[in-house]
Amino acid sequence: MSKSDLARVLIWLAAALVSGVFVWLLADILVHGLSRLSWSFLVEAPRNAGRSGGIGSIIISTGLILLVTMVMAGPLSLATAVLLSEFSQHDSVFRCLVRPSLDVLAGVPSIVFGLFGNAFFCIYLGLGFSILSGGLTLACMVLPVLIRTAEEGLMAVPNDYRMAAAALGMSRSAALVHLLLPAATPAMVAGSMLGIGRAIGETAALIFTSGYVDRMPESLFDSGRSLSVHIYDLSMNVAGGDANAYSSALVLIILLLVINSITLRLAKQWLHKSVAV
Amino acid sequence: MSFLINNTIGADDAYTLGPLQAGPPCCVPEPLIRVENLSLHYGGKPALENVSLDIYKGCITTLIGPSGCGKTSFLSALNRLTDMIPDCHISGNINFANKDIRHPALDVQALRRDIGMIFQKPTPFPMSIRRNIELPLREHGVSKRTELNDIVQQVLQDVGLWDEVNGRLESPAQALSGGQQQRLCIARALALAPKVLLMDEPCSALDPISSGVVEDLIQRLREKYTVVIVTHNLAQAKRIANYAGFFWVKEQAGCLIEFGQCKQIFDSPTHELTAAYVNGIRG
Repeated sequence: MSKSDLARVLIWLAAALVSGVFVWLLADILVHGLSRLSWSFLVEAPRNAGRSGGIGSIIISTGLILLVTMVMAGPLSLATAVLLSEFSQHDSVFRCLVRPSLDVLAGVPSIVFGLFGNAFFCIYLGLGFSILSGGLTLACMVLPVLIRTAEEGLMAVPNDYRMAAAALGMSRSAALVHLLLPAATPAMVAGSMLGIGRAIGETAALIFTSGYVDRMPESLFDSGRSLSVHIYDLSMNVAGGDANAYSSALVLIILLLVINSITLRLAKQWLHKSVAV
Repeated sequence: MSFLINNTIGADDAYTLGPLQAGPPCCVPEPLIRVENLSLHYGGKPALENVSLDIYKGCITTLIGPSGCGKTSFLSALNRLTDMIPDCHISGNINFANKDIRHPALDVQALRRDIGMIFQKPTPFPMSIRRNIELPLREHGVSKRTELNDIVQQVLQDVGLWDEVNGRLESPAQALSGGQQQRLCIARALALAPKVLLMDEPCSALDPISSGVVEDLIQRLREKYTVVIVTHNLAQAKRIANYAGFFWVKEQAGCLIEFGQCKQIFDSPTHELTAAYVNGIRG
């Protein structure tokens, strides 16, 4: 066997291993989770600590937490990214402060965010264990990745556009709105995908902030259990909850795929529109 | 080359700017832009030292010289695009139509509307052909549909692009060929009714045929617009310009060696560096 054959085999092996892990994981969840998956599972409230019944209230809570997260983190990260990439000098104090802070923030373990969220949102701001606290905590957590991707998206827009727009007497904000943001949209969409992915899979940060309660939330100030917390609870704390944990995991993955494809399609349509008009 | 192109491409009636005009000299020199003792530094590093020259109204002025001698910096200083470059410092006087363009209270957007710029690389925006022209117009307050349509058609005719793109104005501008993109950029600048057009090597990223078409277009701009063009193509400079300025690098800073009528610069330069450069001995 020649060297290049060996290399080829190794590369194939590595690729097979990686996809194998993914296929195994997916197959495992499908095999165990698909049988219980039904419409009633999706809409019914959990019973008997989640062993039976559905995950209706859990899905609503998850959706509300994500909503709070993106509503808070979206505009904040966009504004910060615009300021960082378009309106600040390379050596400005603002940049020197924000950049390293973001890097540190990105590396902080989620359990620490949970503790911080608990101390700040739940106790100090008096929001208690609530969907609002959980969403705000997740917003802090996904900020770095959202800002980074939005900033990189903006910086990847060729400088020619900025110069050409300026040479046509367009203001910087006009160039930003009409040229830079549309051009950076795909990157920002990809960034929010990453953010949503991180937020929807988060457990540690939510246990201390949005809590465990599996009732249907009546407002953002109610405690609500997210899907990932539900899966964690069923598989760790509830004997006989494995089957529903699998089905919930399947729902979580499908949800992620659905959000991904919808957002990508929306971004594409929007881009297409901005070209055509 | 120019002769060949004139015969093959761009019948005169495709343009509304008027017929091609043969080269220099064109007019009674009447300064529109007066530059006095202009020096330009990038973060302490000098790029231009003490440049003084007049840009004459309705004429084509070409700036020639080797790379890195500050021609582009000079051009960008004229419409204050240098504001966009951090660490760029300017001293000296630049007067446009008897106004100091370096005055802090000057409306820079209005200045850039009067003094447009065309870049080396065509820079159509990633949107439709129509919107490329309409976007800056809307920014400057033109919003009536009929008015916009008229201007779009007029400027596309001006640059000889109308027949080529009529019927597909809504298609992406970036699908056009390089030469068409550059003419679209010129049309976009003309739509704002500028008085001066600064052109930074507008033909150097184009193939010879497209380059010829754009060169013809520039000649048609003469008299209606004041054109300042940087070019490395000496033959082109000689063909189209009324006035020429020769830049050279001295002690690591660009400076103006000689300025005068294009014919004089090329045929009887007074400075030996100019003579060496235009005759292809140096540079």
